[in-house]
Amino acid sequence: MNKVLSKKVLAPNVKEMDVYVPRIARVAKPGQFVIVMPDEKGERIPLTLVDWNSFEGWIRLVFLEIGVTTYKLGLKEVGESLYYIVGPLGNPTYVGKFGTVIIVGGGVGIPAAYPIARAFKEVGNYVISIIGARTSKLLIYEDRIREVSNEVHVTTDDGSKGFKGFTSDMLANLLESGLKPDLIWMVGPAPMMKSCSAIAKKYGVKAVASLNPIMVCGMGMCGACRVTVAGRTRFACFEGPEFDADKVDWDELIKRLNMYRKEEQEALNRFRDALASIAMQR
Amino acid sequence: MPKRSPEERIRDFNEVALGYDEQMAVKEASRCIQCPEAPCIKGCPVGINIPKFIKFIRERKFEEAYRVVKEGSPIPAITGRVCPQEKQCEKYCTLAKLGQPIAIGALERFVADWAKERGVHVDLQQIDKRSERVAVIGSGPAGIVFATDLAKLGYDVTVFEALHEAGGVLVYGIPEFRLPKKIVREELAYMKDLGIDIELGIVVGKTVSIHELLEEYHAIFIATGAGHPRMLGVPGENLNYIYTANEFLTRVNLMKAYLFPEYDTPIHRGRRVAVIGGGNTAMDAARAALRLGAEEVYVLYRRTREEMPARREEIDNAEEEGVKFIFLVQPIGFKGDSQGNVSDVLLMKMALGEPDESGRPRPIPTGETTDIQVDVVINAIGFHPNPVIPMTTPEIRTDNRGRIVVDSDGRTSMRRVYAGGDIVVGEGTVIEAMGWGRKAALAVHKDLAIEKKLSIAVHKR
Repeated sequence: MNKVLSKKVLAPNVKEMDVYVPRIARVAKPGQFVIVMPDEKGERIPLTLVDWNSFEGWIRLVFLEIGVTTYKLGLKEVGESLYYIVGPLGNPTYVGKFGTVIIVGGGVGIPAAYPIARAFKEVGNYVISIIGARTSKLLIYEDRIREVSNEVHVTTDDGSKGFKGFTSDMLANLLESGLKPDLIWMVGPAPMMKSCSAIAKKYGVKAVASLNPIMVCGMGMCGACRVTVAGRTRFACFEGPEFDADKVDWDELIKRLNMYRKEEQEALNRFRDALASIAMQR
Repeated sequence: MPKRSPEERIRDFNEVALGYDEQMAVKEASRCIQCPEAPCIKGCPVGINIPKFIKFIRERKFEEAYRVVKEGSPIPAITGRVCPQEKQCEKYCTLAKLGQPIAIGALERFVADWAKERGVHVDLQQIDKRSERVAVIGSGPAGIVFATDLAKLGYDVTVFEALHEAGGVLVYGIPEFRLPKKIVREELAYMKDLGIDIELGIVVGKTVSIHELLEEYHAIFIATGAGHPRMLGVPGENLNYIYTANEFLTRVNLMKAYLFPEYDTPIHRGRRVAVIGGGNTAMDAARAALRLGAEEVYVLYRRTREEMPARREEIDNAEEEGVKFIFLVQPIGFKGDSQGNVSDVLLMKMALGEPDESGRPRPIPTGETTDIQVDVVINAIGFHPNPVIPMTTPEIRTDNRGRIVVDSDGRTSMRRVYAGGDIVVGEGTVIEAMGWGRKAALAVHKDLAIEKKLSIAVHKR
């Protein structure tokens, strides 16, 4: 149980991992997430389910090594087990037949957009995906997204691939050119979602955002993940993680995401020093 | 009971109360007059034979005393520490009327710790295994008693726990300095000894549904507690470093944030901390904040000291350690700085009015406001029942406050499904929840004996 079946490096510090957890694979739905602890001292971190197979019993996770816990996760080798995984948590995406759906995925959010695009396409929507990264090297899951989209638009901040600019710029271009989607669904860094939300609102298109706040329990007990939506406090873990994008208090979410910057950096420096000293001893 | 000095204990998370030694225990036990009607037992939700174990202590038969205690409470080292004995057994002690009741809790803790130190185990009787399978949802106090009672009767018991450690509120809620986690782990080992299977990382309602469990188990006991925090509903409550007590305590206790960065989970160590609420959770949070290095910790309560729901002992402990109390204030909002970090609590001054439905005087706003500067706020105003199962299993009837409705024995509106503890009562104590576990176990035992003839079809996966 919880055994790592495969591990792939998708981009610098971005890893894809298949983990054997049949009980989660059995019931997972698009838009849900799991909470993972690589070892008993690790943090409980939420990761969106990127893919799963109920017959073979595995789930697929993609993560950016950014803090101690994600680095530890990345160090797990095939055959090793993760200390703990719980899920599937959160409410599944509402996958209706809307007509034309734009899916926006940014950075490590692109893999999270993959099962959503797939689900929307499967029920007969015309899926237009906009995926973007800082630079072409960091652009992941492009092929996968192409498999499940009718159209794909690629953006990079530095112009090293596709359109030079942000996903939100591309979204604005498409809407400006007269495209009238029935739904915009987005996942990615909060500032990206904030921009996309503003654009969707300007053009009067319904937009749903999958939020990524800091979580601890993931099941409605602690409130670490609370967000303000339409002026009300909501727990993203069990009332979300998706909300109407234009109702989300993005500035609050962004500030809350930065709450532990200092501690995270301190822990990461310490972890790197420890790794370096182990390497030296060898 | 002897305690570590406040100056010493606020520097670490080690246990505050030191417990009796043999001599003290025997001396205290000798005060018991062994009254024949034993009113103390009636005050114990799990019915420990109190006079009997005290008599054994007096005779220095500590091992026998331990066996008696363990029959009533499967986790005596825990109940001896966290039960509000002054509202239970000790309240009914005949000596209470004459002055000082017997320190039953301290004696219970003594025998449990004595047995642990010497590696004394209760021999597990050879039990005839039954074929009936029982599922328990939640490994907190109610689930522990329910599971151990039925395991002792030979049932095949599986406990499902959502978190990565068993124990429920005993591991995520109650801090180390009041209940060391090593003790919790040792006490829970007894469940394993009884052959109880504990499955971690399973959220019933998400990972597996109640309906699916009913296909595999003859009966289900829901003991998911009241772990969903109540929010204040005032402006600014989502500013950074405003924690719910559950988040604060979960980070500190379960995730061991007080050992950061050895453990990965951080916590913001505030200098000026405000804790909102007057219950035991508020005391736990305030005392934990002090130990994390706070210079000032204020407990803000909307009534006065007399109405505080916290145990007197815990209020005294907090006060000795330097926690300050501000009474008759209610938060009406929070202010923050440009980074979104909390900087001020805005307070309405209150006055006491006529008694409300709880029987306590209702706090009434005076119209006068004040504010205090803080860098961490902990909201400890209370909890709602855990919403996951009611949300995902509408067949199980709940009341308007989200509590599962049960009969006096713990039967819910769904056949073969029982519930007890905080998911039923709202916010009770550890021992009350344990009492529910016992009641429901008995009901399951009776019901299954009758239903056996009807033969419930379940299959093991």
